[in-house]
Amino acid sequence: MDAIDLSELAPKRRAHIVAIDQDPGPNHLDLRLCEMGFAEGMSVEVLHRAPFGGDPIAVLLGETLIAMRLDEARRVKVSLEDYPIPSANRPENKVAQ
Amino acid sequence: MTHPPSVSRAANTAGSPITIAVVGNPNAGKTSLFNALTGARQKVANYPGVTVERVSAHLQLPDGREAELMDLPGTYSLTPRSPDEEVTRNVVMGTQAGEQKPAAILSVIDATNLRNHLRFVLELKRLGLPMVLALNMSDLAERDGYKFDLAKLSELLGMPVIPTVAVRKRGLDAILAALPDAIDQTPTAALSALDVRSLNREAQSIARTVTLAEGHLSTLTRAIDRVVLHPVAGVIVLASILFVMFQAVFAWAEGPMTWIEDGIAWLQELAEATIANDWLLSLVNDGVLAGVGSVVVFLPQILILFAFIITLEQSGYMTRAAFLMDRLMAKVGLNGRAFIPLLSSFACAIPGIMATRSIDNPRDRLTTILIAPLMTCAARLPVYTVIIAAFIPDTTLTGGIGLQGLVMFGLYLFGIVAALVVAAVLRRTLTRGLAQPFLLEMPKYQMPRLRDLLIGLGQRGMAFLKRAGTIIMASTVLLWVFATYPKPPEDATAPDIEYSIAGYLGRGLEVIFKPIGFNYEISLALVPGMAAREVAVSALGTVYALQGDEDEVTTSLVERLRTAWPLPTALAFLAWFVFAPQCLSTLAVTKRETNGWRWPLFMFGYLFALAYVFAGATFWIATAILG
Repeated sequence: MDAIDLSELAPKRRAHIVAIDQDPGPNHLDLRLCEMGFAEGMSVEVLHRAPFGGDPIAVLLGETLIAMRLDEARRVKVSLEDYPIPSANRPENKVAQ
Repeated sequence: MTHPPSVSRAANTAGSPITIAVVGNPNAGKTSLFNALTGARQKVANYPGVTVERVSAHLQLPDGREAELMDLPGTYSLTPRSPDEEVTRNVVMGTQAGEQKPAAILSVIDATNLRNHLRFVLELKRLGLPMVLALNMSDLAERDGYKFDLAKLSELLGMPVIPTVAVRKRGLDAILAALPDAIDQTPTAALSALDVRSLNREAQSIARTVTLAEGHLSTLTRAIDRVVLHPVAGVIVLASILFVMFQAVFAWAEGPMTWIEDGIAWLQELAEATIANDWLLSLVNDGVLAGVGSVVVFLPQILILFAFIITLEQSGYMTRAAFLMDRLMAKVGLNGRAFIPLLSSFACAIPGIMATRSIDNPRDRLTTILIAPLMTCAARLPVYTVIIAAFIPDTTLTGGIGLQGLVMFGLYLFGIVAALVVAAVLRRTLTRGLAQPFLLEMPKYQMPRLRDLLIGLGQRGMAFLKRAGTIIMASTVLLWVFATYPKPPEDATAPDIEYSIAGYLGRGLEVIFKPIGFNYEISLALVPGMAAREVAVSALGTVYALQGDEDEVTTSLVERLRTAWPLPTALAFLAWFVFAPQCLSTLAVTKRETNGWRWPLFMFGYLFALAYVFAGATFWIATAILG
């Protein structure tokens, strides 16, 4: 399974989180991401990119819109493949655009 | 807002008051629920980190007991990232000094964000305190297609779960009915804290079990975001909102301002007709009415500015603005999060500096505090308005844009650019350090509530009038004394004020300010302006009102300035006020927020230096151009 950084994810493509990288630094980014609701198996989609260079991005995490910088998004590994376990956050009636 | 503890104690027969803590994620509608339950007049807004101070209110439970409900700052976890989140943690853990451990927790979560907010509920539950869960915004959740098995959720969590709609006051009775049972429960022993990943897994599993139908982020919110977060359209929308805001401050306030001016003039005539004593009449008319009147007249403009800011906060747009501005802020080493405190600083630097408590990185926070006074606060509006009215022609440019409004916009822009440059310099020198992450939840759009807007405006208006009635009145009266005594000698030829204390004081300061084009009336007006910036206008009013005969006294300040000041001086005065180092309240709040005199003194020093340099440059360039 090929995982890419959330920061690399093309807009309007639904993916799911496969891993959140540990952050040994003082910012504890991994913990903060978890606190904002980032977790393995959650669906993500990049909805908007900010002006002046596309950073930060607005990510639809489940059904919550989160603003984050690419630095933060790089810690989140996502996969475009179908998530094998039926998950409450993946609505079946959602049509990919 | 905050009820004194003695009130609660007196009302409670059991002795020490029963406290119930209201805890929840930012944007869960916690403050709205708190207001709906208690009727407390408190600010309701839609971006994370709005509640930074302890707010409590008295609550009567249905069984007749009295309790104290505490609204705690919104947070995502019990691992504090900022000073206000630390307060929440300390209170629920029972380690906050002077605060007893709450008897129960009323946990508020956003029904449309159940999975993520449940994790925090699980974390709180491990503390062992009795809990009641308010599933807030349940109407929006239903509209967006969510369906939950509430009985199952209550069973899995082991606490009552009550659907609420705080803004429509739905579910309040059920909450009140559930609280007495909760506070009667004996707290269980606290379980050891669990790491965030395990909590997330548990929350996900519960959410999956109780979610009968999954909803979607509202299509309306997504449609609005497609425009306002668009890289081009979004910036145009933001710039337009700010531009309309500043034009409105000028255009809409005109009528009410005339009424206030007429009212003051009427009061002065009334005083003339009823007060026989010359000395008292001069104190009332030239000191109190002229001074306070010239400040109160700006109330309409301040209210309009606040109306815009409150509406933007409540609608949920403020976090979008932070998103759009983050790149620009990052270039100078700041964070989109700083945009919210900085925008508040356009109303007043004091709430702005206090709102920086939601910025967790100490260096980012310090930088934001230091540049907050460069955001043109409402107190500078009176100064700008008078000078612009006196010296900038009231012409309309192509496209219906007023030249006066455009100059005002330019002054605001000048302050912003200066702030960005100062921030960039600070981040490379004094506040150097690791960049803070930018992670911000952008809430659903909500229709701003008129009631909340009016409550907010009422609070701000009263605060302003209180300032006008206390600090400003005291300083204008003091200035009147300075400008009246000692009396001129019998054979005086110059105007009376030349012989007074003020005359000497002004002449002393004139030595410092003469090189940048300030005459001694200005030098004099800057001193009482230390109390509050808008006092500079009333001080000018007092100084000039006292300088001539009866007819001239009645001539408005605008007319007086037009004849008394050359244009380069007026422009230099405007440039000075972009930086305006003089505001004791700002320095005092900076001292409190930075724990010492070092940073407020630094703030005063750098603002004074910049004000001096830019006012001087403006004066000399204008003099050279205008001959």
